[in-house]
Amino acid sequence: MTSPTKSLFVQDERVKRRNAAEKRFHSYGLCAIGVAALALVVLLASVLANGASAFRQTYLMLEIPLPAETLDKGGDRDPAAMASVSTFGYAPLLRDALVASIAKLNIETTLSNKDVGDMISKEAAASLRNQVLANPDLVGGVIALDVLANGRIDGFFKGRVTMESAERDGNTSPEALRVAQLLADVGVLVTRFNWQFLTAPDASDQRPEAAGLGVAILGSLYMMLVVLVLALPIGVAAAIYLEEFAPKNRVSDLIEVNISNLAAVPSIVYGILGLAIFINFLGLRQSSPLVGGLVLTLMTLPTIIIATRAALKAVPPSIRDAALGLGATKMQSVFHHVLPLAAPGILTGTIIGLAQALGETAPLLLIGMVAFVRDYPAAYSETAGLFGEAATALPVQVFNWTQRADPGFVERASGAIITLLVFLAVMNTVAVLLRRRFERRW
Amino acid sequence: MWVVELFSSLPGLLAVLALFGLLGSQVRVHRAAKGDLRSLAALPRAHGINAVLSVLVPAAICFVGLSLVKLIGPRLNTAALPDYVVYWTVLTVAVLGCVVAILRSTVNFRARQASEVWIKSLLIAASVVAILTTVGIVLSMLFEAMHFFQQYAWQDFFFSTDWAPNFRGDSSLGFLPLLWGTFYVSFIALALAVPVGLFAAIYLSEYAGPWMRGIAKPLIEILAGIPTIVYGLFALVTVGPLLRDYFAQPLGLGGSASSVMTAGVVMGIMLIPFVSSLSDDAINAVPQTMRDGSYALGATRSETVRKVILPAALPGIMGAVLLAASRAIGETMIVVLGAGAAAQMSLNPFEAMTTITVKIVSQLTGDTDFASPETLVAFALGLTLFAFTLALNAVALLVVRKYREQYE
Repeated sequence: MTSPTKSLFVQDERVKRRNAAEKRFHSYGLCAIGVAALALVVLLASVLANGASAFRQTYLMLEIPLPAETLDKGGDRDPAAMASVSTFGYAPLLRDALVASIAKLNIETTLSNKDVGDMISKEAAASLRNQVLANPDLVGGVIALDVLANGRIDGFFKGRVTMESAERDGNTSPEALRVAQLLADVGVLVTRFNWQFLTAPDASDQRPEAAGLGVAILGSLYMMLVVLVLALPIGVAAAIYLEEFAPKNRVSDLIEVNISNLAAVPSIVYGILGLAIFINFLGLRQSSPLVGGLVLTLMTLPTIIIATRAALKAVPPSIRDAALGLGATKMQSVFHHVLPLAAPGILTGTIIGLAQALGETAPLLLIGMVAFVRDYPAAYSETAGLFGEAATALPVQVFNWTQRADPGFVERASGAIITLLVFLAVMNTVAVLLRRRFERRW
Repeated sequence: MWVVELFSSLPGLLAVLALFGLLGSQVRVHRAAKGDLRSLAALPRAHGINAVLSVLVPAAICFVGLSLVKLIGPRLNTAALPDYVVYWTVLTVAVLGCVVAILRSTVNFRARQASEVWIKSLLIAASVVAILTTVGIVLSMLFEAMHFFQQYAWQDFFFSTDWAPNFRGDSSLGFLPLLWGTFYVSFIALALAVPVGLFAAIYLSEYAGPWMRGIAKPLIEILAGIPTIVYGLFALVTVGPLLRDYFAQPLGLGGSASSVMTAGVVMGIMLIPFVSSLSDDAINAVPQTMRDGSYALGATRSETVRKVILPAALPGIMGAVLLAASRAIGETMIVVLGAGAAAQMSLNPFEAMTTITVKIVSQLTGDTDFASPETLVAFALGLTLFAFTLALNAVALLVVRKYREQYE
């Protein structure tokens, strides 16, 4: 006979069902966190795996004779006259130097001289020419120079190009890769850290090995300067007015709703605004950091205003009351007491706003920052004015590289993203540290 | 000489004038006080500040105004304002401000109040920038969109299912395929982001201990801080090929790496932190007493969440979903790199489709001719996009505002 009353320690059907439901629910939550974490890990891992190799580059160490009879026909080492020799005059010198180097090392190869020349980056001739023109006395001697290897050779040492893929590739051949491997074994061909990736300007479609971020980093820096100089004072001033002075009426309510709306406007709309107002209407220069900075300023303003208002709100009213009680005006209480106490919060908000602006791409596409820019933009020039020279920006450079056919650019784009993420991580860490260091609770 | 150049340039001269005002007004008021500073209505310092602001503020306003006139002049077919006009006008205004401020520095002048009026007007001007931005956005798109609708019938734009721009003219610019692509991508993104984000928020606020919270929360916040171009590249390089090789091709659904699914999944990942942090706020706003009451009646945690907390937090969560939807509709880089450019209306999520934002980018980059409908259509698209997101934001705000106060 079973007992009529059940023990609490024996779960009945219903309790079991409820507990199972509880367990399921718990696991859903864990799964959600897992999905988010997995997404983050895969995202970062894929960027790192694709991009880390952009920071290493393959160079050929060559000794290049510079014969005077081809480079300086006049014989007086006049740079103006020597400039008439184009890069086509320098390419054979590089090719012959590599051929000689291969012959000296007793490497047997079926490659024609032209194929050997193709192992060198097309950019190398231009950089050799620039060096010679900068220092004409080099002519007649022999110069030891590390020149960029072709993108495919570079890809071979990074695992992107294999013997099988070279078989089908018109730009290289397994034989070239074999020779490159032999050159690497004796140390003529080396792979080392690639400073040029951070300093060199962009390169054309055929030369992923030479493409760098110099112009993009400079352009981003200029834009951040514009944003900082404009958005910080305007944002803080607007926030002070709205938080401390504005009468609670329809107008200030309108401004408030307006700001929260602006914070949610898609970024591309700001690009349309920039194109229509700053470029078409006001006639500012396309692709200039000034226009980019102005657009990003308008985009960042709501972020800074909202953060500043939160920081001002966190300062207790007793501080204002004490200042007012000692005879300060409202203005003095704000500028002498409230604002300094809110400064860490404002700074944190500003840095986060700047970080957002730094990573923003879409509006910059519309104001022409996708253009191919090879010259480092000057901060000021007579013709273009302040920040008026064409530039590009880090995230736009990434986009630009994704649109190119050569697979070498995927590596470059991922490398650029690593650079961008490092900048962002530094900025956000500074923001977090500032908050930790100066956060006050009343 | 750079010194001469510096002091004949506008900023240099203004600085000199400001300094002159600063010192001049203070010296004058010191003299007037005859050694007894208490006889003054304001401290000399306040007179100085007032003088500086009287020089700089009107001059700056004048400079900005004239620069705008100078820039706009050529657009209105009038002669451009010569540089020297700007230069001398600003200088005159500054000198006037300086002289007036010094002359006003007398014993009875309430300089502090006067300077605070200047400061307050600056503060107001700063907050008007926000309004000007909105006006600028609306006007810039409205004008160009009107130009577009003068050249292209609005019925054909809003109700045609054919998008085939042709830069030699005679293109069909139907908006519906773009709308379909936009909604399809956003739908997939939300279908991923809402459950994951919501459950993450529930787990973090109701289940997780401090240790788990300390790890998981920053992790999700990192996702929020990653720029969209990174997600775009992720879609292009990793997710697209992955979905194509392991889902689309084995299932026979197509061979395109850029597809609605690619863009949707990656955008979903981007929206997870957005949904989760907003839902987190909504869940945390539910008073503890309601949880305690539910537990006291013997409910399990999940029952409390489902029957008590979620209904109470629903307005906030709805607001979060709407805001996420508005983000998804306006997102650009992920769809540019992940969704493709083919304007078509298909149900197959593994096919490349395109969105409003992609077409704005493609019509406004490269060679643009602001007289042709193919370029101007971008402004009509932008205006529609702005209207959509504005409506979603407004509804979200209303939902949150209307139902928020219930438990406070």
